[in-house]
Amino acid sequence: MKPLIGFLAGLVFGLGLLVSGMTDPVRVLGFLDLAGAWDPSLAFVMLGAVATTALGYRLVLRRAHPLCDTDFHLPTAKGIDRRLLLGAALFGTGWGLAGYCPGPVIVSLAGLQGGLWVMFASMLAGWLLVDRLAPAS
Amino acid sequence: MIWYQALLGGVLIGSAAVMLMAGLGRVAGISGVARTMLTTRAGRGWRMAFLAGLICAGLSWELVHGGSRLGASSVSMPVLIVAGLLVGVGTALGGGCTSGHGVCGMARLSLRSLVATAVFMAFGFLTVYVLRHGFPGAVS
Repeated sequence: MKPLIGFLAGLVFGLGLLVSGMTDPVRVLGFLDLAGAWDPSLAFVMLGAVATTALGYRLVLRRAHPLCDTDFHLPTAKGIDRRLLLGAALFGTGWGLAGYCPGPVIVSLAGLQGGLWVMFASMLAGWLLVDRLAPAS
Repeated sequence: MIWYQALLGGVLIGSAAVMLMAGLGRVAGISGVARTMLTTRAGRGWRMAFLAGLICAGLSWELVHGGSRLGASSVSMPVLIVAGLLVGVGTALGGGCTSGHGVCGMARLSLRSLVATAVFMAFGFLTVYVLRHGFPGAVS
């Protein structure tokens, strides 16, 4: 049951990224180009996603536990530290360079484009690098 | 493609996030799911299935829209490599990406996620500005 729910959630999430235009790096970079021919449409992705999630979470988190587990696993980290700020800054820079964040990278692997697979490999390397050299305490 | 497709896509993304919370009690942060799958044995099953779902979405999109150029990038190979490293290291240090912080965290009004989202958006805007319009104040 768990893998089935995981798969369906991934499928719907991926379709959302595709329908919304988040998998098109030209549109993403157009959204990030405030000073150019700014394309604000991707702001609606954030709006739709955050509003739906906020509403759904309110209903779901009222329950004692999720369908297939004994507890909800919500992030426990509190407070703003240098690690969070540095990480967000580096991620934003990488996002602005190529127009790809992790979700669209993984969805777009299906297009079998070499460059995108190279970016995926280098993203994996980044994850493993932090896991080896600077794991979260 | 216009705003209502963006909005519809957003609603689908949100629905997936709610589904994952209702079913498994998990946050739908894509970098977190993928990273944890690499490094932790427990819970690998549903995480692999989630990532397979993402790729299947891409495959079905390719089947329906033949030649959709999914994954085609106008950016050069070295830039893709640097961008991948920055996205990987950044999301690992920051504990999330556009989905984990930007959608799930914002929906929970988490202060960490609000700050992280503001910072990565700001650096995204700044990077594109510098690449397309030069350094602020520089004479071109």
